[in-house]
Amino acid sequence: MLRTQQLEYTYPGNKTITFPDIQCEKGSQWLLLGQSGTGKTTLLHLLGGIRRPQKGKVYIANQELNTLSSTALDQFRGKNIGIVFQQSHFVQSLTVGENLQLAQTLAGHSANPTRIKKLLDRLNIGDKIGDRTNRLSQGEQQRVAIARALVNSPGLILADEPTSALDDENCKEVIDLLETQAKEEGATLVIVTHDSRLKEFFDHKIILE
Amino acid sequence: MNPLTLSWKNQKDRPLQMLLTLLLFGLGVGLIALLISLNTQLDEKFKNNLAGIDLVIGAKGSPLQMILSSMYHIDAPTGNISIKEVKPFLNPKHPLVKLAVPLSLGDSYKSFRIIGTTHEYVDSIFRESVATGKLWEGLYEVTIGATVASKANLKIGDQFHSSHGFADDGINTHDHGDGFKVVGILNKSNTVLDQLILTNTQSVWAVHDHEAEEKKAPAEASEEDHDHDHDHAHDHEDHSDHDHSGHDHGDHEGHDHDAHDHADHQAAAPIVKPLTDYPDKDITTLLVRYRNKKDWRALNMPRSINENTDLQAASPAIEMNRLYSMMGVGTDALRNLALIIVIVSGLSIFISLFSSLKDRKYELALMRVMGASRSYLFFLIILEGLLFAILGYLLGLFLCHSGMSLLSGYLEEAYQYEFSGWRFFKEELWLLGGSLVIGFVAALIPAFQAYQTDISETLTTY
Repeated sequence: MLRTQQLEYTYPGNKTITFPDIQCEKGSQWLLLGQSGTGKTTLLHLLGGIRRPQKGKVYIANQELNTLSSTALDQFRGKNIGIVFQQSHFVQSLTVGENLQLAQTLAGHSANPTRIKKLLDRLNIGDKIGDRTNRLSQGEQQRVAIARALVNSPGLILADEPTSALDDENCKEVIDLLETQAKEEGATLVIVTHDSRLKEFFDHKIILE
Repeated sequence: MNPLTLSWKNQKDRPLQMLLTLLLFGLGVGLIALLISLNTQLDEKFKNNLAGIDLVIGAKGSPLQMILSSMYHIDAPTGNISIKEVKPFLNPKHPLVKLAVPLSLGDSYKSFRIIGTTHEYVDSIFRESVATGKLWEGLYEVTIGATVASKANLKIGDQFHSSHGFADDGINTHDHGDGFKVVGILNKSNTVLDQLILTNTQSVWAVHDHEAEEKKAPAEASEEDHDHDHDHAHDHEDHSDHDHSGHDHGDHEGHDHDAHDHADHQAAAPIVKPLTDYPDKDITTLLVRYRNKKDWRALNMPRSINENTDLQAASPAIEMNRLYSMMGVGTDALRNLALIIVIVSGLSIFISLFSSLKDRKYELALMRVMGASRSYLFFLIILEGLLFAILGYLLGLFLCHSGMSLLSGYLEEAYQYEFSGWRFFKEELWLLGGSLVIGFVAALIPAFQAYQTDISETLTTY
């Protein structure tokens, strides 16, 4: 599903990071663990097609990302990759439901209210569908962010430090949520984090140095 | 979620900013549209009322005032002229003059002017006819314009008393006999004719003679005294010039009797005596149409009248052009002001989008992550600019047309002219085009910025 080959990224200050090769099977769940400064977020952006590498290749579902044009890459990302960010951000002027609808239409799908309703119900926030996102609690916002990452049934879900701001109890809950939802959708899950509490939950681990 | 809904929701999320921008834009557009509407309608009124008149002859004074008062009926007349002064022009065999229609002004009813004239004023100048009834024939018979009938609520057979002057102050009401009697109502012509009460010249004289006599039986009032002197002075000139027209019938006393007979017995026998039979009487102006406009002698006529007689002659076309160029300064200033407002409001659209873009930078990056392309974001911001422009334009049109209908009430009261607030002009389509261009240009820089957003950088720094 996800495969990298000799990935290398050079920052503007000429600092170069070389990343280990990654190969994730469809439906597998991975932890990318690393301390600050090891290029975790950069790797996540490279995997998500948000940033292009100077060297090496990223394959998602046998498609090499770097060969796609800017617009095609945007479309590919919208359809095949769901990303959960560290901080939950939404389009402020829209409600929870509208934010999910936007994710559907921007990816080139037509709006599917039933899918949205089902997904939110599954995440226990079905009653928040008409609320503005800034009226939600932190935990609710994170659930909406997960729902948004899942709404287009992507093959790959990337999560950037989803637990760094949470206590132990909530941390476990979020990881459970990500695991079960990814499994339900049959998606490959890659979590990028420095949070060593997560080690015990995953069999597949890649340590960045 | 289509882009239009999204851009609308984005703007609606900041209602105060949106309101301010829209108001500014609406004011600018509204002011321009109002100027267009006012200018076009005024222009039409003036053109319709030119009615093929080549020359106006009246008393010395301001030529513009004379034109305004006797063609558009919106200013006071310059004074009176005696019939014997203009007698040559009233001769149907005059080599240059095809048509000469006398006008006598001075009275009004409910601020509608009463004009003493001949049937030619209706038939030949405005080419109009009566809708009901007939044209005036006898003394004190009037035919009224369509607007007069509806606004002053007059029907055929109604009688009314006129007031002296043009203001409806109720102080100077003439109190003669049974007053004027409506015998006909004219078709609506969308000219000044709609606002006039027409009668024969003799009726206008009769009203004033009657009154003068009642008021100053023992001693001659100074005004009347002056009139007599004036008349006599001209008598001499008249004798030397053209005494062949048989003006001995029409001496002052003789006419007074005529008038009284009619008023007292309320007989409405048609008046058939031509005006040239009353050389000592006054009229206000004479409207003249040339036989041949291009005849050089006709072109020289106004100058020769102005230089050689006590009369004044003025060409309506020339005077109106002068008036336009004078008014033009004011309209230009207003138009420039409106343009400045529109430009400032364009700037305000720009600032509004630009500042909102700073807040929404992360949102835009997020939308890219969700699959939106660079050009989608560009398009989205442009759409927001156009949305401002269209809404502002609609607000502007609403302001203009409701403002115009308010204004038309006032203009009608002040000038007896009708304006329509809800008439739309094709210039307003141009205005829509202009608004869209401003909205587009204002959104261009913010949209380009959105286009260039580096998602990776934005997502890591915020």
